[in-house]
Amino acid sequence: MTKLPYERPQILKMNAGLMNKYGTRTEYEPVKHIDGIPVKTLIAKYGSPVFVISERTMRSTYRSIQRSFATRYPKVQMAWSYKTNYINAVCNVYHQEGSWGEVVSGFEYRKALGNGVPGNKIIFNGPEKTTAELELAINNDSLIHIDHFDEMYQLIDISDRMNKKPRVAIRVNMDTGIYPIWDRFGFNYENGTAWSALTKIVESGKLNLVGLHCHIGTYMMVTTAYSIAASKLCDLAWNCKTQLNTTIQYLDMGGGLPTANDLRGAYLPAKDTIPSVDEFAEAIASTILNYGFKTEDLPLLILETGRAMIDDAGFLLGSVLANKRLSDGRRATIMDFGVNILFTSFWYEHKISPAQDFTQHTEECVLYGPLCMNIDVVRSAITLPLLNRGDQVVVHRVGAYNMTQWMQFIQMRPNVVMIDESGESHLIRATETMEYIEIPERMPEHLKTVKL
Amino acid sequence: MRLKKNIATSESGFIFHPGTGDSFSANPIGADILLQLKEGVAPSDIKKTILDKYDVTANMVEKDWDDFSAQLREANLLEL
Repeated sequence: MTKLPYERPQILKMNAGLMNKYGTRTEYEPVKHIDGIPVKTLIAKYGSPVFVISERTMRSTYRSIQRSFATRYPKVQMAWSYKTNYINAVCNVYHQEGSWGEVVSGFEYRKALGNGVPGNKIIFNGPEKTTAELELAINNDSLIHIDHFDEMYQLIDISDRMNKKPRVAIRVNMDTGIYPIWDRFGFNYENGTAWSALTKIVESGKLNLVGLHCHIGTYMMVTTAYSIAASKLCDLAWNCKTQLNTTIQYLDMGGGLPTANDLRGAYLPAKDTIPSVDEFAEAIASTILNYGFKTEDLPLLILETGRAMIDDAGFLLGSVLANKRLSDGRRATIMDFGVNILFTSFWYEHKISPAQDFTQHTEECVLYGPLCMNIDVVRSAITLPLLNRGDQVVVHRVGAYNMTQWMQFIQMRPNVVMIDESGESHLIRATETMEYIEIPERMPEHLKTVKL
Repeated sequence: MRLKKNIATSESGFIFHPGTGDSFSANPIGADILLQLKEGVAPSDIKKTILDKYDVTANMVEKDWDDFSAQLREANLLEL
């Protein structure tokens, strides 16, 4: 006789009073497949937890974002933000789509070169660039975005010594009505520092000023901030043309577009509150187009969109390790993934779906990770069906930042798998091993033996 | 483990505590356990019935039984 599926017994107190207009259920359907492959199959093949990236979603999102801008502005170029996810297979999907590379360190720069990005299509951002890295970038004709005066003078010295004139831009920070202002990067617009830097660069005669860059924040929720930023960059570009006799060839508006991930503490779901990419594109494109440039003088518009490009394509599959009840009666569920690999759970309330059938009965619980650390809380309160040990879940929208900001802390970092457009899965980063972790370690002679 | 005598239960899982006015809803297996408890069936027999009827291990039944007891105690539905 076939036995019935088991669900642990539960009672739920019924509260009288006003109904919650948002309801309590968070999930109505299990997510059993990722791009046609059963979650159970992926976990059986690659272990649990495992990151899964949908190449189909990556490419469709790229094309959608590109289209949003290209249908509003004649010259658009995407540059893949390496820090968002620099697994080489991920980068190369975007490079195949036509994206340049945008890097913020020598490490990322070398990754971009290794992936086959031509040096003159690498944008080198960030506050730290060593002399050797700058020399490499100059030799490769990369676009070097200057972050501070010390770097500007360093670059002038190097250029003088190498007798080369590198292509440069400055990063500009500004008041766009979003606070706090990200003024730690680049030169300030309002107090005249940015203009001072541009003047010095041109007057040095050693650097080829070709662009202006800004990156006004992250997870931006208003389009007007981008209109203001575009307007201020246009203002600088116009002044460069009229006062410094230098044509600015491109405006790099950076990234910062949000995704439908809910921010912690947000009252309404993100999908109801964030503007669409089209709205951001309209704000930026219309500002530049209306500024007054002649058509032939319109600068190239570069975008370094990272988060919005890949977040939706990333999934984290995991399993329930245990259920327990806390001292105050709340249910706690311990998962086999924690903040060590799901770094974004520090600021998002990630959507989590069970990967198997469940009943309509739910319970509010705290979702913990496997780390023996009190900070390892994936969701402090989430309503889920009654999960049992071994049940599997899918965490949504984890493509951005997790596979770069993750930590090898207590546990190894897991496999990362990409599902290609024909539905085949490929391992693109293998789980770490004890040997891999210990490669950089060295043992002094006097500590080699232990007797207890 | 004995349910308080005045607790009203139904097959559909509705539970009413006339002493406090609180009401609860149970999932099907929870409702089943409560009905058997009300009929005076011994916990060991109830657990055996669950093992026979459902696709579950004895360890899991034991663990979940303890947790269900804690829920009933917390809800003030058990005799002290």
